[in-house]
Amino acid sequence: MSSESPNSAHNPNFESHHFTAPVIEAGHTYATVTDRISSIVLKRRTPIGWYIGFFITFLVVQMLMMTVTYLVMKGIGIWGNNIPVGWAFDIINFVWWIGIGHAGTLISAILLLLRQEWRTSINRFAEAMTLFAVACAGMFPALHTGRPWLDYWLFPYPNAMGIWPQFRSPLMWDVFAVSTYATVSALFWFIGLIPDFATLRDRAKSKPFKIIYGLVAMGWRGSARHWHRFENAYLLLAGLATPLVLSVHTIVSFDFSIGIVPGWHATIFPPYFVAGAIYAGFAMVLFLTIPLRKWYGLEDFITMKHITFMAKVMLATGLIVFYGYIMESFFGWYSGNGFERFMIHDRQTGNYAFIYWILIFCNGVSPQVLWFKRVRHSIPMVFIVSVIVSIGMWLERFVIIVQSLHKDFVPSSWGNYAPTAWDFSMFFGTIGLFFMLLFLFVRFLPMISIFEMRTILPEAKIKEGAKAA
Amino acid sequence: MPSKDRHINFALMRDRILSKGGGKQFWRSLEELSDSPEFQEFVEREYPQHAEEWDSAVERRTFLKLMGASLALAGLSGCAYQPPEKIIPYVNNPEDAVPGKPLFYATAMPFGGIASGLLVRSSDGRPTKVEGNPDHPDSMGATDRFAQGSLLDLYDPDRLTTVTFAGQSRPWTSFLGDMATMLNTERQRKGAGLRFLTETITSPTLAAQMKGILTELPSAKWHQYEPASRNNAGVGSVFAFGQATNTTYDFEKADRIFSIGSDFLNCGPGSLRYTRGYARRRRTEGDDPNVNMNRLYLVEDTFSITGAKADHRLGLKPSEMEPFARAVAAAFGVKFGGAVGSAGAHGPWIAALVKDLQSARGKSIVIAGAEQPPAIHALAHSMNDALGNVGATVFHSGALEANPQDQIASIRDLVNDLNSGVVETLVIVSGNPVYNAPADLNFRDAMQKARTRVHLTSHDNETSELCHWLVPESHYLESWGDARAFDGTVTIIQPLIEPLYQSKSAYELMAAFSQQVDRKGYDVIRDYWGSQITSDFDATWNKAVHDGIVPNTVYQTSTAAVKTDWSNQQTAPPQNPPAGGIEINFRTDPSAYDGRFVNNGWLQENPKPITHITWDNVAYVSPRTARDLGLNQKEGWTGGNEKVDTINVSYQNRTVGNVPVWILPGQPDGVITLHLGYGRTRAGRVGNGIGYNAYAIRTSDSPWAIQGASVKATGEMHEIASTQLHFNMENRHLVRIQSVDEYRKKPNEAAELEPNPPRDESFYPQYDYKNQGLGYAWGMAIDTSSCVGCNACVVACTSENNIPVVGKEQVMRGREMHWLRVDAYYGGKDENKPEGPYFMPVPCMHCENAPCEPVCPVHATVHSAEGINDMVYNRCVGTRYCSNNCPYKVRRFNFLLYQDWDTPTYKLMRNPEVTVRSRGVMEKCTYCIQRIQNAKIESEREGRAVRDGEIVTACAAVCPAEAIVFGNINDPNSRVSKLKNQGRNYPLLADLNTRPRTTYLSVLRNPNPEITENA
Repeated sequence: MSSESPNSAHNPNFESHHFTAPVIEAGHTYATVTDRISSIVLKRRTPIGWYIGFFITFLVVQMLMMTVTYLVMKGIGIWGNNIPVGWAFDIINFVWWIGIGHAGTLISAILLLLRQEWRTSINRFAEAMTLFAVACAGMFPALHTGRPWLDYWLFPYPNAMGIWPQFRSPLMWDVFAVSTYATVSALFWFIGLIPDFATLRDRAKSKPFKIIYGLVAMGWRGSARHWHRFENAYLLLAGLATPLVLSVHTIVSFDFSIGIVPGWHATIFPPYFVAGAIYAGFAMVLFLTIPLRKWYGLEDFITMKHITFMAKVMLATGLIVFYGYIMESFFGWYSGNGFERFMIHDRQTGNYAFIYWILIFCNGVSPQVLWFKRVRHSIPMVFIVSVIVSIGMWLERFVIIVQSLHKDFVPSSWGNYAPTAWDFSMFFGTIGLFFMLLFLFVRFLPMISIFEMRTILPEAKIKEGAKAA
Repeated sequence: MPSKDRHINFALMRDRILSKGGGKQFWRSLEELSDSPEFQEFVEREYPQHAEEWDSAVERRTFLKLMGASLALAGLSGCAYQPPEKIIPYVNNPEDAVPGKPLFYATAMPFGGIASGLLVRSSDGRPTKVEGNPDHPDSMGATDRFAQGSLLDLYDPDRLTTVTFAGQSRPWTSFLGDMATMLNTERQRKGAGLRFLTETITSPTLAAQMKGILTELPSAKWHQYEPASRNNAGVGSVFAFGQATNTTYDFEKADRIFSIGSDFLNCGPGSLRYTRGYARRRRTEGDDPNVNMNRLYLVEDTFSITGAKADHRLGLKPSEMEPFARAVAAAFGVKFGGAVGSAGAHGPWIAALVKDLQSARGKSIVIAGAEQPPAIHALAHSMNDALGNVGATVFHSGALEANPQDQIASIRDLVNDLNSGVVETLVIVSGNPVYNAPADLNFRDAMQKARTRVHLTSHDNETSELCHWLVPESHYLESWGDARAFDGTVTIIQPLIEPLYQSKSAYELMAAFSQQVDRKGYDVIRDYWGSQITSDFDATWNKAVHDGIVPNTVYQTSTAAVKTDWSNQQTAPPQNPPAGGIEINFRTDPSAYDGRFVNNGWLQENPKPITHITWDNVAYVSPRTARDLGLNQKEGWTGGNEKVDTINVSYQNRTVGNVPVWILPGQPDGVITLHLGYGRTRAGRVGNGIGYNAYAIRTSDSPWAIQGASVKATGEMHEIASTQLHFNMENRHLVRIQSVDEYRKKPNEAAELEPNPPRDESFYPQYDYKNQGLGYAWGMAIDTSSCVGCNACVVACTSENNIPVVGKEQVMRGREMHWLRVDAYYGGKDENKPEGPYFMPVPCMHCENAPCEPVCPVHATVHSAEGINDMVYNRCVGTRYCSNNCPYKVRRFNFLLYQDWDTPTYKLMRNPEVTVRSRGVMEKCTYCIQRIQNAKIESEREGRAVRDGEIVTACAAVCPAEAIVFGNINDPNSRVSKLKNQGRNYPLLADLNTRPRTTYLSVLRNPNPEITENA
């Protein structure tokens, strides 16, 4: 390309922010972008790898179905929860999944409002990841109750009993927060997909797909009026979704900080949890991005810029989380409260101390390698760190929930916790569900936002101010 | 009107109009007005039954009347006529029986032959709860945990239901016929081939029956054997007094107590009364700092709860007990066949003890444990004599047993007869001698030499397996009988229900061997007492049965003095064993006792006092000895499990294998205590295959302690389920301990140890509990100084509130369902010489600022105006946040379906006033809300307020130490208010500002300042 191309580093109009890698590789046009992305969905031959992957995750989902059936038939007792550890894998997994979802919303909504171009190629599947993560997360509070068929009592519907739910309970706030989150995310995602559904509808060869895509495209014609309304709706939803990034995990953190248990009752939890959520979420986005761009040849769209940016976000949030750990230890000691001091001491030297120290390594120590530019630019290294961070974030919830509960105020009631096979099968089952849904998503929906990618092409940047959001 | 057929005949209409006279005419349509034939046909078609009325131009009003009447009558015409069936209302119901309202009947539970008075609640004709009889001199309203558990035994689905012969069901008459044939033969040789083996019998009626049989058949013999009888006490009393003597004590009058291995606070005849007396001298009721507390010294060769409560305790080996006792006795001038005994290293301790006892002449008690050898009992009697206690705090009387025998000698005699082949017919009345007779006698083989074996038994057990005739035994709750209490008082045992199965009582069985076979128990008992009560029998009988006490049966106390020459009878004192050897002793298991309760789920799951072990028996080992033997244990991962090493114990070529050890701080060094009662093979679905059988090495020469056994670690570990695994208070002020001197100086010290936020230090307006509703505010005060840790309250709560049994695996997962638990915390710094443990019953605190309430998303746990934290089972969805947020961890969750919906007999047993909870709901102590409501309803009906002491929660009712007090804290004169006003009163975890309604009173210790190394 000539040096006049907006993407060239020599071009004075180059709107980069001193990145070494471009947001999108040079040499693409509207047509190539659209073709590239939509052909993944529409081409006749699905790669054999997809079938294998889908089949494996489908089997795992069957394991999940069996587990859930057995759970509802027999009761929570098939897990390892006991008194005093009333919550264990069930809530750990719930918080882990919800946390993961936050990255998607941050990328979709916050980065949109902040006009960060680099969000464009990753926001679609990041938002899909959020939705699927929230679906997996939602299974846990629904099924961890002793009588899950009565969960609907947590919703404030007018009823013949004359009772409302108890609104002072953080679990009620969860109901509102998570359902709002799921609704808004779904709407946001769906709205954003409409122009792409239309693209697929127009390009699909087989009749059934034409009809299906046509239905969900909601009659999109691409007219100016449609685009105008679309932009407004999209911005509004982004505005609605933005505070959710902060509020949902804050409310999830209230499940703990409202309790009196030492190790739970801490005011640092809201920001600490939100940072942790973004941390875990970006780790998961990286975990998905890196293989996807390789297998589907999307390196042109998801460039090193994205990888390094996300690595930097991981590092930043990792530092906040590490600060949280240090603060917890500090105020456990500084408070002078015997129960708090004991809790910190037990965390570091007690029965579950090995988990705590692995956690410190995973979440605190390992991301420090991302300070180094060479590491940030090394795809295998970034992938490994993202896996370690995902594990670390799960361990963090284990430490917070199980370790705090197993030894609290009255020593006669102390009791360890050990998971059963069903705890693991439920957890891995939801992982399988998550990946199965992602496989379906990748096969049937455009995993990168086609129309938004078009807007960041040089062709689109004809006039200043005419750039779509 | 039909639109098609408009048959309007105008001509007809005109004629009609003109033909009518003046006055109004009403019509609704022209068709009607014209009244053409077509119209009439239409009306007939449409309204057949009213066609006539319509036709005759009936007026509207008449029409409506007809319509109305027919409507009213239509209902009746719809009914087919039924012939009348008269139902008869319950007009003449049985006396006092109001359906739904429970009645209470006095009875007694014979335990080791000895009765403790009970009041049993009957709900709609079946017993649902065992309480103590407040008028009975032993129980005075309390019960022990075995009496509580015995209710479940009545409804045990594993009970035998019919008489069987060689496994085939037979009618009772068939048995009677067989016995009649046998008796014919035996009568010719005066019963030489007939033997009876019973457990300890105090029943006057049964003794009379036996006497009758033995008078008729003088060569027949009556043997008694029970593995945990008070045989040594009996033999010891014969040494001391020349005849079998029963001794009772008045602990309430005792300033100083010296126990030589006696676990008088735990079990044994009179233990309920002794605990009550002891506890009354252990606490303050008013604010008087001049506490007249007793002081308890104790030496023992194991670790008992009486030992835990002792102010000064020494742990000794079994072989050291007698020399120690002799050394103490010598200080009172009691010589013992020349040898003085050795004080060992304990000289100063003994000196201080002796000085203290002598300062309490006539106000002290020396008591020896049932398991101690007879010589120690005799020594204790001598010491009481020397201290002038007899007649003041110690009382002697005739033996309680109707036929006092040395039971070891008795069973040996029987086995000899069996082995020599002279026994034709052996009748075993209750008991399980094949399982629990001394191992060296080999009762199993000996018994099979009898030609015919009859067993009266509740279950098909190890003994019944080898018997021909099995007669199911009636439970005491379903049969008539009588028995003596610790002081001789006789209680007539009356049944609360017809026998559930075709069972017989011991009296009915013995009748089969008398002249009048096939008598009912009622007749037998009544006839016997008819012969004893000479005047006004009916009135006396009715009152005795009603009160639960037969008057004038309490034993007169004698002024028997210890024979001065008794010590000359003694054989040489026992040799001191080689130092360093491990000695083994046996104790009954705190849950299974001698094995009879091993099929009882409530007692199996009831945590054993101190160790909190369930569903297993263990061998106690001290920490030092465990280290020496290389034995270890470590906490498991699932919340209630502990992995322990196991040992094999061998003695005289017999071995009991895979015995799980339990490292118990406080257990004397060099002693391993084995617990009897487990390892059964034919106990029932609950009890089979649990634990090890210590009877396998228990011999007749020394049934309670042996030396020279070998102990070897197996290298295998066993998993034990325990409900408490951490016994250290971890610097938290849970149980607060003061010495009496400290209390006198600073009466409020216990309360002030932790900052207790004042009530109004809050942003929020405080609820006014004083002026609302009926003005009650319920609260509870638990005195940890009185509590002896017997766990009767736990079983009582289980019984009252339909609490399910979850089984060993679930207890290992930390999911036991007991609403009330008794925590045990050690004090002190040295694990080889620990203080305590101190016992602390923990029910729901019913906090005014309950942390569980704001976190429940569905309002399943709410607060009543009277201060009760109400648990609404049917609203609970089971998120378990309330349990996580409860700092006292008193909430229990039904993780699985723990209730047994299927077994039919349990449906009879459950308390109908308490919801039976299903899977997925949280439950917890309710302060027995059902009893509170009953009392409020009664009081409202009678137009008065609830009286103090009218509401007794299940736990408070059975506590022999009166440690739990419940009442209205708005009433400043209630007992609970007065207790809460004491300086000893404090809330648990006060700093959290939960404002619990259940508060505790601190432990008061009374150490002797002259003994320094013990705290």
